Amino acid sequence: MSAFAPLPPLVAALVGVLAVLGAALALVGSFGLLRLPTFYERVHPPTMGTTGGAGLILAASMLLFSTLESRLVLHEIVIAVFVVVTTPVTYMLLMRAALHRD
Amino acid sequence: MTSAYLPMVLRVAEAMLALAMVCAVIRLLRGPRAQDRVLALDTLYVDAMLLMLTFGMREATALYIEIALVIAMLGFVSTAALARFLLRGEVIE
Repeated sequence: MSAFAPLPPLVAALVGVLAVLGAALALVGSFGLLRLPTFYERVHPPTMGTTGGAGLILAASMLLFSTLESRLVLHEIVIAVFVVVTTPVTYMLLMRAALHRD
Repeated sequence: MTSAYLPMVLRVAEAMLALAMVCAVIRLLRGPRAQDRVLALDTLYVDAMLLMLTFGMREATALYIEIALVIAMLGFVSTAALARFLLRGEVIE
């Protein structure tokens, strides 16, 4: 693809590795959600996707667009901060609801 | 030279994220109780957000970052509302 032609090889390799690692973390988290037996165990694995997976893929995106546009692109930090702040809040609400229902 | 392989590598990442979404959907359909389904929905929207980001990277368009931000915000509001519904039985009192 011609859009990636101006990328230096090191940056392209780093973007690919970060994206695949982040996707792998999200996959492992979702697989854990599918496999673990009880709800209180199932709450833990999706946080791998929301912290590690989101962080790595957002870092890859930041690196790629900063290199392609030859300026600092930091929109992704907004998403990272938002996800990191809101995920514990939602999971705490959900855990409280589950405890209340049991 | 390496950059020629980048779209293929990003496609692999997209496939892994799609598989993660399939896992979340199976838990969403099978989940024995309501809180399992809400948790699966939460995981599903985070995976969808990451898929949007990876797709935008493959297309080399920064437009998809805004879409990912909207998905993240709507997902937070919906999960918080559903958790509150499970806790109280109503969302707005």
